[in-house]
Amino acid sequence: MAPSLEAPDNVEDVLSNPLKAAPKLVAPEPEHCPGPESEAAGKADSCAGCPNQAICASAPKGPDPDIPVITARLSGIKHKVLILSGKGGVGKSTFTSLLAHAFATNPDNTVGIMDTDICGPSIPKMMGVESETIHISGAGWSPVWVLENLGVMSVQFMLPNRDDAVIWRGPKKNGLIKQFLKDVEWGDMDFLLVDTPPGTSDEHLSVNSFLNESGVGGAVVLTTPQEVALLDVRKEIDFCRKAGIKILGIVENMSGFVCPKCTHESQIFQATTGGARGLAKEMNIPFLGAVPLDPRIGMASDYGESFFDSWPDSPACTALKGVVRRVGEEMGLKAEVVLPED
Amino acid sequence: MSLAKVKHIVLVLSGKGGVGKSSVTTQLALSLALTGHSVGILDIDLTGPSIPRLFGIEGAKVTQAPGGWVPVPVHAANPAAGIGSLACMSLGFLLRERGDAVVWRGPKKTAMVRQFLSDVLWGELDYLLIDTPPGTSDEHISLAETLLKNAFPGQVAGAVVVTTPQAVATADVKKELNFCVKTGINVIGVVENMSGFVCPNCSECTHIFSEGGGRIMAEDFKVNFLGVVPIDPQFIMLVETGRIPVYPEGTMVKGEALAKNQNIKEPSESSPLVEKYTKCSLQPVFRDIARDVVAAVRRGTS
Repeated sequence: MAPSLEAPDNVEDVLSNPLKAAPKLVAPEPEHCPGPESEAAGKADSCAGCPNQAICASAPKGPDPDIPVITARLSGIKHKVLILSGKGGVGKSTFTSLLAHAFATNPDNTVGIMDTDICGPSIPKMMGVESETIHISGAGWSPVWVLENLGVMSVQFMLPNRDDAVIWRGPKKNGLIKQFLKDVEWGDMDFLLVDTPPGTSDEHLSVNSFLNESGVGGAVVLTTPQEVALLDVRKEIDFCRKAGIKILGIVENMSGFVCPKCTHESQIFQATTGGARGLAKEMNIPFLGAVPLDPRIGMASDYGESFFDSWPDSPACTALKGVVRRVGEEMGLKAEVVLPED
Repeated sequence: MSLAKVKHIVLVLSGKGGVGKSSVTTQLALSLALTGHSVGILDIDLTGPSIPRLFGIEGAKVTQAPGGWVPVPVHAANPAAGIGSLACMSLGFLLRERGDAVVWRGPKKTAMVRQFLSDVLWGELDYLLIDTPPGTSDEHISLAETLLKNAFPGQVAGAVVVTTPQAVATADVKKELNFCVKTGINVIGVVENMSGFVCPNCSECTHIFSEGGGRIMAEDFKVNFLGVVPIDPQFIMLVETGRIPVYPEGTMVKGEALAKNQNIKEPSESSPLVEKYTKCSLQPVFRDIARDVVAAVRRGTS
């Protein structure tokens, strides 16, 4: 089946088969509903008197039958890394694309990026493949290859027009993420980076439950220094802990800005409460480094270029390389595998 | 319904995260209050509420009253100084611990958004600003649906769409503009936030996130452009620590020296945020944006 969003019912097929097969309800879920997909569906205290109770109680339970299929599909992938942040616009996608470029500088590595931000996909633009579409073969959907050893999958490749809004509720988004894992021919890969949207909702829950069995190497958490951002990032860390996702560490992005004219350093987003360093200490997780604000990073992203190739001598580039090596370290990999010294 | 006495509803939207929806909401609310309007803010970013932090009222709790929830007051009206009242509602006020994750799937978020729209006792308001999470998903669909069904004609004035200038951001925000087209939400205008940073040392303006992207996008979509907002670390300090902004002597904003507001006495450390905000360089910027929003709302309803 062609992955086009114009065909309205292709995701419906997947929908009829979601996480734990949500039953068709006759009334909206009540306030304290345990969730029709949950194990407690139809049995919780709040279910008493709900018109859906019988439906929920008799719906088939147990794990999603697609999970073994996903596990088999991803069996050739050595390391799966999630890029998370509770906050939007802190640089998740930028960091994901830079991490991918860094891993891919070693020609022996094969790297994949899966963009699970369905409503605001940024990876294709940052990788310079915005106008590509997905090709289908007998083996599944082919990722879009940016380099010989760097492949990308995103909802953007399925949109008839570049600016089309993807106005989807949760279950539909979950359906697509499942397809990304089940139907995409990832093949043998050393790294699969999973870029996520901000928040702690459907996408995150789905990625977690689909990947749980095949094993996640860990999550890199991104933040900016100010407390308004840290507040949301704390929630994300809380989520990871509850979901049992290992946190590789936290990266502070947009940390300080050096004026290109007078080289005076300004703290644009001030770390009034200790920044990512403080949070790492408070939460007892590794601090992976700080990357300064550099307008050229944004520019390189807009043009779909690799910042490492465009500005190899900039301080931000040096900082990023340090962070990449630390990520590798936390995953237990040797530095020469991750990013060879130049 | 709880929105019955609200005159105008304005949504603050953006497809992209971290572009400043909440800080634009905050400043728009303060600027509207400074011109005597009574304002409410409803924060429907359920998994990452920022409004309580921005107003420095994280410890506040929502109280229950017959008929619904009472929003948290930020400041009361001060008719002598021409300041209107301001109150907020956010999921942040309902959490036990501020670091608690809200891990909800769509249906639960939908239920919460509906409840926020039906169960909050706003009372009489000139403007209700609705701050949203990034994207075009559950919260947005539920918001659009509920308002379409429950608001009286002309009550939903439209949306202020926030972006930053770089192409990666406008690419997502264009999707939000198309969302507005599809759901029939009027676009009041586009605000380009984080447009340029003036070095406090040498006054050189650097366009950290590029420039002009918001204006070009507004032209492409034939919607009103409300203005550019520069990055001001003093504003961030004001909301993070409550410190009154101080600028070097002779700082010019929009070609004029920072003017004193005649009606309001010199703010002190204990003054409410709205008074301290009059010392911020972004206040004249948002004064004009708020004026244009009010004008657009009047045009729309007359």
